[in-house]
Amino acid sequence: MAWIMDGVSWALIAAGGFFCVVGAFGIIRMPDLYTRMHASGVIDPFGVSLILIGLMFQAGFTLVTAKLAVLVIVLLFTSPVACHALGRAALHRGLKPKLAEKDGEPSNK
Amino acid sequence: MRNLFAVVALGGVYSFCMALALLALDAVDVSMTEASVGAGVSTVLLLGTLYLTHSHEAPALKFSAGPLVAALATGALLLYGAWGLPPFGEAVAPIHQHVVPRYLNDVIAETGVPNVVTAVLASYRGYDTLGETSVIFTAGIGVLILLQGRLRENDKEILVGSMHQETIPRVVIKLILPFILLFALYVFYHGESGPGGGFQAGVILAASVILYGLIYGLSAARRVAPMRLLEILIPLGVFIYGAVGVAGLIFGGNYLDYFVLDKNAVHGQERGIFWVETGVFVTVAATMTAIYYAFSGRGR
Repeated sequence: MAWIMDGVSWALIAAGGFFCVVGAFGIIRMPDLYTRMHASGVIDPFGVSLILIGLMFQAGFTLVTAKLAVLVIVLLFTSPVACHALGRAALHRGLKPKLAEKDGEPSNK
Repeated sequence: MRNLFAVVALGGVYSFCMALALLALDAVDVSMTEASVGAGVSTVLLLGTLYLTHSHEAPALKFSAGPLVAALATGALLLYGAWGLPPFGEAVAPIHQHVVPRYLNDVIAETGVPNVVTAVLASYRGYDTLGETSVIFTAGIGVLILLQGRLRENDKEILVGSMHQETIPRVVIKLILPFILLFALYVFYHGESGPGGGFQAGVILAASVILYGLIYGLSAARRVAPMRLLEILIPLGVFIYGAVGVAGLIFGGNYLDYFVLDKNAVHGQERGIFWVETGVFVTVAATMTAIYYAFSGRGR
């Protein structure tokens, strides 16, 4: 039984790490502010949360698990809000997103 | 790097990296304080100041070599001095022979407080913490003296920096704020058995007021924590700290002697540490909030 919990937690931590790497890669390689924020918005909810849930399996049914669960919930709430606020502020400032087609043309021809 | 906004952001990143480094060194209390003050409140204050000035640093008139030489020389001297210190964590270093065993072994017997950092801060080195609280108090007074004149004039609605129209941050922050306040109280009360204490709790409380002010505007924040209240609270914390010292005198011990505060000496220590941390908490929270009001009350 213990190795099932260990295996699940390993898989979750690895998945969380994978999402963190993907997000970091995206921040560097994406062309525009908005797409970069889309990439970085993946890191906190997916990456860190999956790692924390994996750690919850490691800790078992203790107080640490409850604290980690609260952390996951808080992170899920606050980090997308921060990304959204950043994007909203950028749009408010006048930074236009880089679109594939020219301005004014419909996207499906 | 001439863009000041990027510089402020990098400063916040640097503070956060320092907090991580402190965490790696197992200094969780300091790491918490550094993360909340350096990466949180300082960045907010600097951004508020940036709003009032240009966003690019003016080019220097001429390149002067003097400051660069002085900085490099001081750094070299510091490195040379640090070379003579024993390596980090080595067992034969003087502090590990003498001071650390005394603290680690005797802290439960003498003070009854499991968190050694809080015990050292509030009891063994109580005078130093009194000085620190006075420094925070003086810094707050200084900022208020410099910027207070403008504060009284702006009685109209200051919607500078208010994000009232933004639905998503407003709703989520409204949900989160009670938990932040509760967390500040938790950090304060559990400073004795876990990381935390007065400083961290005060900064978290101030940060929650700042967050409220960012979303709902400065006037709403001023209604929640009016300046009058802060003017009373800032000296009150230092007063509580000093009063604990005087209470030690009244009960027959030395100044800031906690042993005489209760019939059981260890309980006296716990009581003294609690009240001292309360003083620090009140002063830090009120000062940070007052500084934020002073900085962001200066509309353009």
